[in-house]
Amino acid sequence: MSQLLTSAPASGGLPAPVPTSPVRLTINGQTQTLQLAPWTSLLDALREYAHLTGTKKGCDHGQCGACTVLVNGRRINSCLTLAVMHEDDDITTIEGLGTPDNLSPLQQAFVDHDAFQCGYCTPGQICSAQGLLNEGRAHSEAEIKELMSGNLCRCGAYVGILDAVKEVVDSEGRQEK
Amino acid sequence: MTQTNHIGKAPNRVDGPLKVAGAAHYSGEFNVPDLAYGYVVSSPIAKGKILKIHADEVRALPGVLEVFSHENVPHLAWLDKSYKDQIAPGGSPFRPLHAPDITFNQQPIALVVADTFELARYAAALLRIDYEQEAHETNLEAKRTEGFVPGKGKAGFQPPPPPRGNPDKALANATHSIEAEYAHGAQHHNPMELFTTTVEWRGDGKITAYDKTQGVFNVQNYLTSVFGLKKEDCRVVNQFMGGGFGAGLRPQYSVFMAVLASLELKRSVRVTLTRQQMFSIGHRPNTLQLLKMGTNPDGTLASLQHHALHETSQFEDYTENIVNWSGMLYQCENVKLGYELAKLDIYSPQDMRAPGAASGNVGLEVAMDEMAYAAGLDPLEFRLRNYADRDQNVDKPFSSKKLRECYQQAAAKFGWETRSQEPRSMRANGKLVGMGMGGGVWDAAQKKSAAKAIISADGKLTVRSGTGENGTGTYTIMTQIAAETLGLPLEAVTFELGDTDQPEAPIQGGSWTAASVGTAVKDACDALGEKILKLAQKPADSPLKGAKYDDVEFVNGQLRLRLDHDQAVVLRDVLQASGETQLEADSSAQPNMAKQQPYSLHSHNVAFAEVEVDEDLGTIKVTRVVSAVAAGRILNQKTARSQVLGSVVWGLGMALMEETIMDHKFGRYVNHNFAEYHIPVNADIPHIDVIFVHEDDDIVNPLGVKGIGEVGMLGVTAAIANAVFHATGKRVRDLPILLDKLL
Repeated sequence: MSQLLTSAPASGGLPAPVPTSPVRLTINGQTQTLQLAPWTSLLDALREYAHLTGTKKGCDHGQCGACTVLVNGRRINSCLTLAVMHEDDDITTIEGLGTPDNLSPLQQAFVDHDAFQCGYCTPGQICSAQGLLNEGRAHSEAEIKELMSGNLCRCGAYVGILDAVKEVVDSEGRQEK
Repeated sequence: MTQTNHIGKAPNRVDGPLKVAGAAHYSGEFNVPDLAYGYVVSSPIAKGKILKIHADEVRALPGVLEVFSHENVPHLAWLDKSYKDQIAPGGSPFRPLHAPDITFNQQPIALVVADTFELARYAAALLRIDYEQEAHETNLEAKRTEGFVPGKGKAGFQPPPPPRGNPDKALANATHSIEAEYAHGAQHHNPMELFTTTVEWRGDGKITAYDKTQGVFNVQNYLTSVFGLKKEDCRVVNQFMGGGFGAGLRPQYSVFMAVLASLELKRSVRVTLTRQQMFSIGHRPNTLQLLKMGTNPDGTLASLQHHALHETSQFEDYTENIVNWSGMLYQCENVKLGYELAKLDIYSPQDMRAPGAASGNVGLEVAMDEMAYAAGLDPLEFRLRNYADRDQNVDKPFSSKKLRECYQQAAAKFGWETRSQEPRSMRANGKLVGMGMGGGVWDAAQKKSAAKAIISADGKLTVRSGTGENGTGTYTIMTQIAAETLGLPLEAVTFELGDTDQPEAPIQGGSWTAASVGTAVKDACDALGEKILKLAQKPADSPLKGAKYDDVEFVNGQLRLRLDHDQAVVLRDVLQASGETQLEADSSAQPNMAKQQPYSLHSHNVAFAEVEVDEDLGTIKVTRVVSAVAAGRILNQKTARSQVLGSVVWGLGMALMEETIMDHKFGRYVNHNFAEYHIPVNADIPHIDVIFVHEDDDIVNPLGVKGIGEVGMLGVTAAIANAVFHATGKRVRDLPILLDKLL
């Protein structure tokens, strides 16, 4: 049995790609202008154009959370939003939370609790945890686990992630009395 | 007091700050100038031929640089052996873009290269391809009777040992017996990082490939033989890997594509697979297992028979050791093991965390539970009655084996004695409660490895070996070994890895990196230590005059006599007085075959699991797991614990979630994304206790380590499956145990 699958020819040539235009983004407090096609995701703008590679691509479909960044303090999947939509926003990436020599409390807690192995989901986990702290919604272990479940970790470092986030939640006194 | 004893402690990862700050660079994160982007086009059919690729209309788009396919790929290596990497199975390796033939769904059939990622993706979506489709077969059920016994082929594959005793007669005469078939579907590694290669064009035919791989030398060998490059012109680098789990053991088509495009376009190129394409690079195969067991009146095993059949591709005979473990984990005089493959129109399977063992262990350990129930015995008591003190497969004693201690300590921690044997007899929180257990065994291997150690006059030590860091903690444990060997603080030591310019290390797999590279690191540091001792003995008034290397020790930045600590020199003083700017030493470490040969070298573990099952909804919640591992000496308590925690999560995923579902009508995986291929998330994770049972073992290797990355996954899946039976009285023999199977 054989069957032919033939794709339909394009009439009048293929549609030309959409032209690029300057897009002004404020990332970690610094404003820069990138020359982007309008369909460039915020994730790709960060990684491939601004060369801020701390934000990771794990699925490009909003399914894994590796690309989580903070936009005006709220956590979002940067693969599910276009860069051009964020000209007036305050974008914070993992690089904006701390540096290897000057880690944020969450970053330090992740190191202390060995809350990662390969480290690839880690920036997204930390940005997500930072967003969770900003939201003031993490009051118990069960809540932290639930609210951190949009961030996959294939190494299975979830026990450490819970411990790390809980330590910072507790020390910030946000836990329910 | 010594501050430089690091081995066995629990220091933080030395690469931790880089990882948590987003400053560790993975293979897609090297900012090279004038970078072009490649996007892979995958076949939508499982079998057939490409009739035509309408590449010209895509090439005409502004910004598109080239469309590569079998229609225009230049002449590359001709012989199969040029495409065989270090762990290629028997058969003919898949050659990307080689011919119009389609042999599996999602086969990469073209690469579109453009100035930007967005353009490459857009152009790839527009590429029209005409196919002639042929009938395919992707269903293992259809090939049940067409299994064949594979040849050797792949490095590390051991055909099952011949039968021992009289397994059939013993089974017929057994007091109690069981027979059951177990199955699991395909599973995919799905490391978080997508397979990515950034090839930096260095001009004049020279490239550096930043590639996601578990073996930079394996990739370098592959590239040099396929593309006819000289080694010095083809550097391969991977300093951080966003998870491997076996997916990066063999060179993937992403590196082939990126190098091809770079060499042809004389330009730097990055190729990143999509998550969907991550389901076209190998998998744990769909496997069927038949187990038969019988017991004697005293509860000892009279007969054990284990046969496995799994899928492979049409072009390679992928093999893994599934059934062999069943001949060594328990004492039994009558054993028959069988192993067969069946060819389907799919891509070749690929080693995935505890390959073979993870599959065979489910069959063996669920069958052991069924056998215990049939014989009226507690599952732990049944295992203790069948404890193996020798490896009967090879008729040798174990170099060390503390599985009995694992059983005892984990059972006590778990509270196994509170369990009532009868299924459906325990309840809590309005739900059925079940407790189950399972154990496992894995190889303790050592491979040839090399390292270089360099110490500068200011006492800073750099050690290099071209191994990998995929999350296992390689940077950290090698730093600990080097620092302790030369009596330095961790901060004074830098370990560098993942570069073919470094001394050669084996593929990072098989749980052998700690033993293999660790021994090479220790040897290089010892060789350096001997040079330092000679320098220290130069001054006429040296307190170390006449001392042999074995007479001295490096501690707290000093070199001193072991038996008289006051006879000491400061390491930095020795180096500075020598007038040398730096000293260096090399090592090449190999297993001591003469010492190892009389023994069977293995790590062991056991896992106990508790589940709660909602009988109305069929939902299963794992509430507790206790895992005990006997794997020789633990180098770093923190990173080793993390590996076992991760292994438990993997075992949970295999038991309750993971399955790549094939739509046989199209011969295509239908849940090839992270929304529908389910892996555990934070809310799924129970309380997990990890116990390490220390083993002193100077036979496995000088460090006494057995490796920890794979053994911890064994037993977990079966323990959960057995706990579900204990809770519900329903024995589910096809994984994953989804709620509909309980209703």
